[in-house]
Formats: sequence, structure tokens, C-alpha cells
Amino acid sequence: MKLSSWGQLSHAEHRVMLLDGLAPGQDFLASAKPGIAYGMGRSYGDVCLNPGGTVWQTGRMDRFMHFDPASGRVRCQAGVLLREIQQTMLPHGWMLAVSPGTQIVTVGGAIANDVHGKNHHRYGSFGHHVREFTLLRSSGEQLACQPGDPLFAATIGGLGLTGLILDATLQLKPVYGPWLETETLAYDSLDAFFQLSADSETDWEHTVSWIDCLAGEGRGIFMRGNPAPAGVVGTMPARRSRRMPLTPPVSLVNGLSLRPFNWLYYHLKRARAGHQVEHYLPFNYPLDNLLEWNRMYGPRGFYQYQSVVPPQHGLAATRAMLEAIAASGQGSFLAVLKTFGGMQSVGMLSFARPGVTLALDFPAGGERLQKLFARLDAIVREAGGAIYCGKDARMPQDLFVSGYPRLAEFLKFRDPGISSALSRRLMGS
Amino acid sequence: MYPAKHVVIIGATSAIAEHCARLWAAGQPVSMTLVGRNASRLQAIAADLKVRTPTSQIDILTVDFASPAAIHDLAENLFAQTAVDLVLIAHGTLPIQQQCQDDLQEAENALYINGISPALFAEAFAGRMQAQGFGQIGLIGSVAGDRGRKSNYTYGAAKGLVTRFAQGLQHRLAGSGVQVSLIKPGPTDTPMTSEFKAKGTKMASVEEVAAGIVNGMRAGRDVIYVPGKWKIIMMVIRHLPAFIFNRMDI
Repeated sequence: MKLSSWGQLSHAEHRVMLLDGLAPGQDFLASAKPGIAYGMGRSYGDVCLNPGGTVWQTGRMDRFMHFDPASGRVRCQAGVLLREIQQTMLPHGWMLAVSPGTQIVTVGGAIANDVHGKNHHRYGSFGHHVREFTLLRSSGEQLACQPGDPLFAATIGGLGLTGLILDATLQLKPVYGPWLETETLAYDSLDAFFQLSADSETDWEHTVSWIDCLAGEGRGIFMRGNPAPAGVVGTMPARRSRRMPLTPPVSLVNGLSLRPFNWLYYHLKRARAGHQVEHYLPFNYPLDNLLEWNRMYGPRGFYQYQSVVPPQHGLAATRAMLEAIAASGQGSFLAVLKTFGGMQSVGMLSFARPGVTLALDFPAGGERLQKLFARLDAIVREAGGAIYCGKDARMPQDLFVSGYPRLAEFLKFRDPGISSALSRRLMGS
Repeated sequence: MYPAKHVVIIGATSAIAEHCARLWAAGQPVSMTLVGRNASRLQAIAADLKVRTPTSQIDILTVDFASPAAIHDLAENLFAQTAVDLVLIAHGTLPIQQQCQDDLQEAENALYINGISPALFAEAFAGRMQAQGFGQIGLIGSVAGDRGRKSNYTYGAAKGLVTRFAQGLQHRLAGSGVQVSLIKPGPTDTPMTSEFKAKGTKMASVEEVAAGIVNGMRAGRDVIYVPGKWKIIMMVIRHLPAFIFNRMDI
């Protein structure tokens, strides 16, 4: 059947094997290889795709296996959604230590991309909280991997290429409840952003910012939050979710809409700046209530460009990238700027590392967009940075090699029965 | 009757049944008995339900679905221990029609597991629920049981048997305190139908179908089409004259 990822850039035929989690090993081993695991298809590019080949769909491997409410350790199959963990464990006073900006992703996908969230400077990335997982190799070998094992480090952030993750044990984080004490601030320059980030890192668990990439001077909104102490309660968010009802014939994000969008967003947020008690759902997952929002980019889909550059080049590189985008006039509505903390990631191919990360969405376009990407790549390359594989559909191979210095070590742990469009594009097989 | 105190699920490893179990266990603690063929699969589902609802009692039982004596003993033992408030009879397989035509053993297996076996379970539970004076039986039939079609009439005939059986039980148990729901799912995205999904058949999500079943049974409805649109579609299909119907490629 035709399968796509979140960026909707391709819709190629795939042979889909549905793994039911009751005998996943048998299905996996019997299927045509090479293939790649496919969870919710929420990665943006081609990391989860294998056009013309097999994908192992893990969404039905969605069972909890064990939970200890005293220690906050949960063991579950790899297809369990982060949303299920949050919902099920919150009443016991536990939540995921690290969650990305959507909770509609599988545990297996979160491990394979070693995802990060707004609290990286405090809690690192997803892999820091994995205590064990079971990996099924295409040879039929089943391995229990733990921190310290080389195969563990290869699989965390390993893009699904080291074997099929069957289940994982996660250490959760104790919470009083679903509430966060948050503060929203407007900033009007990149210097101000970096000052706010530095000031917030010690006292705030979550920090993130939205930046208006068309206003060259670096205007944006900074959001920070802490888990609320016991007894602090806010107003419950509306539970209704909406769905993007159709794919418009052209991208709704375009040269005409972007400036007014960004202007309006900035001024609305600035007007509401200040302290609040917020529920974790709207704070952490602002877009999860608009189902299929990726459709707004139209039938051609969109790219997300997420880079990280080391701290010493953070300000200069970010400024250069924003200037390049503003000059090109092709901007992004969902532009996210955030500093990562100093924690070293667990995985050989993990993306999160000390520095500054910038994420931008661009409706798929022609030569002009490719030129802009080349310009951004050059800035990232020069700064010694990297592009996030989980978001990527186009980075040049040399930038991948320079951005992931442990690649050679990683390649030794690849499973020969597994291959994806991304692995063929960037690793040659 | 709600919340149901003791729920028994026959064919508990089916995706639809498993999602119904999650909904019945959500919120309030229940006592649930999961019945199936394979103990290790049942254990995986029981472990999941235990995490979702730690205060519930989840038991598993294995049974030979093709043995009337085993079905009798299972019901006998269950009711000897405690009352059963609700039973969902959900087991079945989706055979490939051509194989049923080519191999009579295949045809017999399909007719038995999808028709006779569920009917025997319903019979075993109906009498005992009648004796206790309350209870609810959910029998999973199918839209395929509404009219025989060339693409799946062996399966459809078995599900048609389930339909008539449920009607008969409803007639017999009217006013007894025991309610029988006949559930007719349309094509649902489950491991059972994955071969058909690959061919592009549009399917309802298992979560949606399970929610339809749980809500329909809670409302005590006699016939539950899930999703609801199949009620109208099948009404049209049932009433098409043969000279039109027989020319359709469905």
C-alpha cells in the first residue's frame, strides 16, 4: 500500500507487515527483507520509509508488560504510544521524563530517533531514560540490551537500523499532577534570546521559543515552565480535537500568508505574556489537538530543517541562518529555537548535543528552496553542526558524515536485514 | 448492570475483543476472564490490562473452541464460581474464500470456528444467565452475514448462522433479564484483515469499532452495526433484487 511520512513528500508503494505483538518475532523473521520498522509515521522525512520494500508496522504492538508504581519503571512493547504512557501513569504520579513536541509517537520510534523535548538541559534525551530493551535481529537472535552495551548505544538514535525493538523498560519521572507553572516572555533580538536561555537554565525545567524567521533582528516568544507543586491547579483545557479536513490544493503557508501569520502570532502571544498555570497537554503538545496539521502544506508536502550548532557558534550561526531565510523570503511559520544542555547523548547517532537547535518547516518547493537549503547547510557545516535525521529528507551525505562522528563505529552494529530510504541515501545501503 | 462486575471474553486475543477489554477496564475495577486458545498470548493481554487497571482482577483460561464438551465445562466452572454479568463472544478467523471452495476441510473449519462454535458458547452462557436472572451476551457477527456474496460466502454463511442464533435467543430471553446484542462490524483494521487492507479496502479503526460495541452494549441495543453507516449500506444490499445483485462485483 502507499505509505508516507509526516512531511508527505512521497507516497510510494510499500509491502506492509502488521506486527501484532503477540508473536512479532515470527512475522518479522518470515517477511521479505530488507525492511524497516514503521510506527506512527511521525518522522518527517524518509527514516521510516522503504519504497518498494517492506515495512514492519508496530502500532499493534501496543501492550504494557509491567509497571512498578513504587519505582516508576514501566516495561512495554515498542508500539505503545507516549500518549498512552502519559495517560496511564499520571494517576500513579509518574510521567515520561522526556517527551518530544507530539505524544502521538511510539516508544520504538522515540528510541530509534533518540527524541528530545523542552527539558533537554535538565533531563537529556529519551535514551537517557531507557533502562533496557529487547532487540530482535534478522538472524533470529533476541538480545536484552542495557546501558553500557555497545549495541544499546548503537540502537539509541540508531534510526531502526540495528534490529527490531520489541519492548523497552523506561524510567519515569515523579510528578504531582498534570500542571505546570509557566511563563511567556517576548524578546526582540537574538542576544535577548540567548540571555533568556542562559538565565532560565538553572531555574526552569522546560524552555523553548518560537522565533519569527522573517523579522531579521530575531523577534520571538520565549516559553518556560516548571512542574507545579502539589495543590497548584489550573483550568482544564478543552478536550475537543479538530482535524485538518482536507489537503488544500496549495500550501496555506506561503509568501502571502506568512508575514501576517507571524505578526499576528507574535502580538497575540506578547499580549498574553506573563505567568500561568498550564496543563501539560497544551504546553507540551500544542499541535496534537489539530489532527493531520501537516495537510496545511498542500499536496506537495513539506520539509523540516532542524539543525544543531555547538554553543560557541550558536549566536553567529543562528543569526546567519535567520538572515539567509529572511533574505530568501521563504519562511517558516513553525520556527523553533532552543538551547540544548551539556548532557552527552547515549546513542552513537544521537542528534541532541550541547548547542543551539533551530527547527523550521518549509513547503516543498523548487530550485529556490534547494538554494536556501544549500546556504543553510553551509552555515551548519562551517559551525561544525548537524542535521536531525528524524526530520530529514535531503541532507547532503558529507554533512551527515561530518555531523555524526561516531558513524563508522555505528555501522558495525547494523542489521543486514534492515534498510531504509534514509540509510541508502546517507550510508549507501 | 453497569459497571459490569464480571466480564468474560471469548476469543480475547482478537484485536476487537482486546480493545473492548481496555474500555471495560478503564476507570472502574472489574473482574475479567480472558478466554482463548493460546496461553502465552492471553498472558500478554492480561499483563497489559493489569497495568492499565491495577485494581482489576484479570484471569485467563484456555479452551478448545471446537469442543462442545470443553465449552460446556468452561461455562459450568465459570458460573460455579461467581455470576457472569457480561460475555463477549468474539473469536473467529477470516478464511480465504477460494481456499474454502477448493478444500472442503478448510470450508468446514471456517464454518465451525465462525458459526457453530460461537453459537455453542452463546447457548452455554444463555441458559446459565437465564438461571441467574440477569446478564448480557454480545455476539460478534458480521456485515458479511447479511447477504451471501461470492467474495466471502463461507465466512458470511457462518456469520449468518450467528445472526439467526442471536435472533432466536433474543426471542427466547425476552423479559428474562438477559439481553443479547448481535454485533456486526464492517471491515476493521486488524491483523485478521491485513491481507485485505494491502489490497486497498477502506477499514474502520479497531478503536472506533470497540468503542461502538461497548457503547452499543451499554445502551442494551439488540443489533449493533459498527461503524453505524453499515446499517444503511447493508439495508440497501439486502434489498437489492437478485438480477441486479448477481451482476455486481462485490
